[in-house]
This record gives sequence, C-alpha cells and structure tokens, in this order.
Amino acid sequence: MSILSFKQGIHPEYNKELTKDKPLKNAARPEVVTIPLQQHIGAPLKTLVKKGDHVDMGQKLADSDSFVCAPVHASITGTVKEIKKVVTPGGSRSDAVVIEADDEDNFSSDLEKFADLDELSGEKIRKIIREAGIVGMGGAMFPTHVKVSIPDDKNVEYVILNGAECEPYLTVDHRVMVERPETVVFGLKALMKAAGAEKAFIGIEVNKPEAIASMKDAAADDEKIEVKELETKYPQGGEKMLIESILGREVPAGGLPLDVGVVVNNTSTSAAVADAIRKGKPLIERAITITGRGVEKPQNLVYRIGTSIADLIDQAGGFKGEPGKVILGGPMMGFAQKDLDIPTVKGTSGILILPREEVDAYEPSPCINCAKCVDACPMFLMPTQLVNYTKNDMVDELEEYQVLSCIECGSCSYVCPAKIPLVHYLRIGKGQVMARRRKEQ
Amino acid sequence: MNNEQLIVTSSPHIRAADSVSKIMWSVVISLIPAVFAAIYFFQARALSIVVVSVLGAVLTEYVFQKVRGKKITIKDGSAVVTGVLLALTLPPSIPLWTVLLGAVVSIGLGKQVFGGIGYNPFNPALVGRAFLMAAYPVIMTTWTVDGVSSATPLNNMKMQGIAADTWNLFVGHVGGSLGETSALALLLGFAFLLYKGYVNWRIPVGMVGTVFIFTLVFGANPIFHLFAGGLMLGSLFMATDMVSSPVTKNGRWIFGIGAGLIVVIIRLWGGYPEGVMYAILLMNTTVPLINRYTRPRSLGEVR
Repeated sequence: MSILSFKQGIHPEYNKELTKDKPLKNAARPEVVTIPLQQHIGAPLKTLVKKGDHVDMGQKLADSDSFVCAPVHASITGTVKEIKKVVTPGGSRSDAVVIEADDEDNFSSDLEKFADLDELSGEKIRKIIREAGIVGMGGAMFPTHVKVSIPDDKNVEYVILNGAECEPYLTVDHRVMVERPETVVFGLKALMKAAGAEKAFIGIEVNKPEAIASMKDAAADDEKIEVKELETKYPQGGEKMLIESILGREVPAGGLPLDVGVVVNNTSTSAAVADAIRKGKPLIERAITITGRGVEKPQNLVYRIGTSIADLIDQAGGFKGEPGKVILGGPMMGFAQKDLDIPTVKGTSGILILPREEVDAYEPSPCINCAKCVDACPMFLMPTQLVNYTKNDMVDELEEYQVLSCIECGSCSYVCPAKIPLVHYLRIGKGQVMARRRKEQ
Repeated sequence: MNNEQLIVTSSPHIRAADSVSKIMWSVVISLIPAVFAAIYFFQARALSIVVVSVLGAVLTEYVFQKVRGKKITIKDGSAVVTGVLLALTLPPSIPLWTVLLGAVVSIGLGKQVFGGIGYNPFNPALVGRAFLMAAYPVIMTTWTVDGVSSATPLNNMKMQGIAADTWNLFVGHVGGSLGETSALALLLGFAFLLYKGYVNWRIPVGMVGTVFIFTLVFGANPIFHLFAGGLMLGSLFMATDMVSSPVTKNGRWIFGIGAGLIVVIIRLWGGYPEGVMYAILLMNTTVPLINRYTRPRSLGEVR
C-alpha cells in the first residue's frame, strides 16, 4: 500500500521508544480530583452540585442548555469539598468542582447500555455522545456531538479517524489502537452513523506498524472502513494535513473539514464513544503518556480526569534529575507549566518532562531569510514575513498573507536557525487581526 | 507543588539543531576546495589575498559592532564568508592594500550600515568588489596565469573571439579571479552545502540554465559561457546568499533566471566582458518585490 502524505512539514526526533511498548495501566485512584467545568470549546456550564454533596463516579456535575457544550462528570465517588476557580492546562481560568474521594467507588450513570448499534439512530448516538460529555481528545476539546451533527446544507462523505499521533514522545493513541482496536472500530462505526457518513478512513503514521496491523485486523470485516498508512512527518495529524494526505482535498481557508465532506475524530475519542454506548460510561477517564528523560519511569496510564499533574508524575516515579520543563501535551504544541497542582482535563494526552540539560535558552538573532520556515509551513504561509508584519502592527498585510490560516503547529519555530519564536509572533498576529475584526463589528 | 525552577515558554519546546553560525561556517567549509584551487594555481599570492580579505572583513565587523555598542558576532562566521567570497572575486595580482580596502567596504557599506547580518539588501562581498571595480579598474582587470600576465577567457572571447579549451576552463587552468577559475572546486563545495540542506538549488539552476539556453540561442558557445568567468562562483555562492535572495520557491526561479538574463545581455552585447556581479546586484534590488508577488497560495486559500 502506498504511503500517503501532505506537502512540506518537518521531521523532528520522535522519541516514542521511551513509552511505545509500555502497555496501558490504570493509575492509582486519586484521593482528590479537581474537575474544571470548562473542558470544551463552547458555552460555560452551570454546576448541578454544591459543597458538601455526595457524588458518585459517573454522576453529572455540570451542564448547560446550550448546544455547543459538553457536560462534566465526577470521575470518582466522594464528597464535593469546594467549588473554586482554577487555572486549566491551557492557561485559562475556570470554575472547578473539587471532590474528596471515599474509600470505594460506586459507579452510577444516567447512560443506558447498548450492545449493538443497530438499535440506535444517528440522533440517539449523538445524544449519548453529548450526555457522556465527549470532546475531541486530541487536545482541541471541541464537543464531539456538535462535530457529528451535520447541518442540512452540508453533506458528509467520510469520517477520518486520526491515529497519526505526529507529536513526538506521545504514544497514547498508539497504545489505544494496539490494545483496544475493536473498541476504536466500534466507536468509529457509531461516529459514522451519527454523522451519516458512508465511509471511513483510519490514518496512522508508518512508525506505528503494530497499530496499523491491529487496526487493519479489527476493521477487516467492514469494507466501509479502510486503514491508510501515512508518512511519519509532523504535523501529519493536523486535521487539514490528514485530509490532504488521505483525500487530496483542501479545507477552504476559514472553513471546516465538513466543507469538503469530512469529519475528523481522534482515536481516543472514538474509544470513548464506544465506552459511552456499550458501558454507559461518560468521559471520566482517559489514557495519557507520561514521558521524557526527566521522569523516572516513562509510561502510559489510564487516569481519572481531574487528577493533578503532580500526582501523575509521582506515579511515574517522580522527576529524574533536575526538571527543566513540564509540558502538558507534546513538545511541539504542548503547554509548559509552572504550577503542578493544576488538574488534568479531557484533552490532556501527555505529560512531558524535559530534564534541565535538554532545555536550552534560545537567544533569537536576526532573520537571515534562509526560508526554512517558508519551506516547512504545512499551510504554505510565509512565517518570516508575517513576523515582520506582526512586529509593525501591519494588520492589512497580516490578513493578506493569511495569518489566520496558521494552525500553530510550530514547524516554523522548530526549523528556524536564528531561533526566532516565529509561531509565537504568528499567534500575536492572529490576535491583532481578530481584535480589529471585533472592533469593526 | 509550585516549582519555581520550571521554565515556562510558549511552544514548540524542541528545536532543530541548525543555527546561523552552523550555516555560515558550513559555507566557509564549502569554499575550502575553491581556496585550495586558487592556491594551487596562484600559489602564496592567493593565500595572502584570502587571509587579508578575511581579516579585513572580520576586523571591520568587530569595529562597527564595538563602536555601535552592539553585541560582537564575529564568531558567527558570516564575516568570514564575506571575506573569503570577496577574495575569490579578486585577481591574483591585486595589491594587498586594495584587498583590505575591499573587505572594509564589503562589511562596512555592504552589511553593517544596514544593521548587520540579515539586513543587507545586497551581497556584501559584491558591494566590495563593485567598489573596487569602480575605484581601481586597472588593478581589477589585470590577470596572470602561471605567473605570466594574460587576459581572461571572456576577455579573449569578447575582444578577439578566441575560446579557451573547455577542460582547462573546467579545472581552472585559465586567467581569472582566484575563485572563478575552477568550476570543479566550486561544484564540490556546492554539493557539500546541498547535502547539508544549507543552500537552495533553484537559483543556480535557473541562472546557469538561462545562460546556457540564451548563449546557445544567440549562437555563442554555451559550454564556454558556463565555465568562463564568474558564473559558477556567482550563481553557486553569491546569488544563493540567503539574506539577499528571495524566500519563495518561484521567487528563486525568477531571481536565478533574471540574473542569468542580465549575464547574457552584458556578456554578449554589453561593454564589459563579464556581467555576473552586476546581474546579482541588480537582482538583489528586486527581492522584496519578488517575494511579494510570488507568495505561495496557502492551503485552502481561494484567490
């Protein structure tokens, strides 16, 4: 089978061997979980519980009447200790429900269990996905039921399952695909039915041969599902790159995959959908890779959402040597953290600990026009030019040069020999354009 | 747990190993075969020209940065590159004080007055050479081979219609500047840079290809025109100067083809036997415009 790919991009060191052969294992039950209400893109939630309430694992903690939102659930049985403001891994502030654990878990959920998709309509599946609080688990945390609710004027042909896992170090999707292929395929079929898609692709980078084999095996009896092998190249798992690689279609600027008849979902999301349907289990736990040369025992864990980062690092044996950076997510797009008490959320797929000696302080020098960023950008932007426009508040030029198309993958900063934080400037440039648009409205 | 020692920066958290100084020093390494060829053909004379030119360039950079209170960046290798390149464009019989002057002008007027590395619109070495051509035309056009004074192949062609032996042209056994004699040595160095990914091939291919095609069309000897004069040195190492060439792929084609056309026009119909230097300097002025009009269509953009 041919190996598919997109144009441009980069080849960083992947460092997946640290954890790729470590089977998923359940993390120790936390004593406290802190569950932020804002774990999705969309409307804020209202709490359904108050301080002192006893909650069961799986019980809904907060919800909203809005369509674009995803409820959150207790990931542990215990008592609501307080509701407080916390900083989320992405840096925003949100109310959070703090639950102190009882000695034992008692699972309770409003969700019914269904063994077979045949008894469910697309609408029913979407409802289950919503009630289970499922969001895009690759990191964006966009509510999944919204994604698979296709407006009347759109037509969906394909669901693409994103198993590229192009971020270096991370091996979560890899492990899920190797260990739970049947669950992933079941979830995919549910997503296809929910979206009304006739066909599906599972895109996996060729550096994960075991995942490719296991998914091919699991999908063998369904001719509607096809596993596609993708070149190992960053950012292969970017939604737009994935669609370009597999279908050769370009998502229009400012548009959605749906504009080219595609809905993209992450493999872990798909597994969560399957668990919601078959086990009646809302999204209260997920897999994570805790890795890097700055942690004692790199591994893949399944943890309760709301567990603190510090707790998970402890379970991986703690720091090895002096830590330099603790990053939530992968090294290309993850967020460096200072406060390790912050809670994990539904989109937290990795904790990467870089030892001090691997964290370099870069002093940017002037751009030498080498064009490495121009040649790396998977969106075909001109990062070096955009940096100049950002620095000089040239908003017209920022728009003309398509700054809003930047997917913030960081390829430009990665390749820059002058160590200019290009993607950082591009983010600021995007902000300048958005600020002006808001003002004009 | 609030760990004050943890470093927080925005993503990405890993970087490629390339650096500006790595690129510049690689260019220096890539020029070593040409320097050796120059020493082989012009002996100690060539060596002293290279040494004076490099010292002059580095010292000028140092003085400018010191006076302006800027960070001293002479270790990044960029001034060394300019020094070596300038030396390679000079005739072997040039007095050393002229070399020094050229190096000072290259870095001073060609680079530092614009703000130093990254800001120069022209190739600094060519600014120095253009200055010397204007100020000392006789010194700059006196050539020797095997210690005997001789005209350059292009001059012979222009004035007397005599073409040099192609093999001699290729290996460099002809009159000319230090580095424009041996195409073989230059190609070796270029291959190294290409392997390292530190040079783009579109500009030289566009430039050399254009010269080849147009000299063929206009009835000149295209092989002769490829290997005579500064076309190899200029197209491989000067037109490809990152700072003063376009950043887009199409832009690099336009830049190379444009420079090639100017070379042909000057060589075939101009007053000078050689036009590589002016071709590149003229094309340098068009870079911002080329970049603007060759912006790639971004993914999903409707134009």
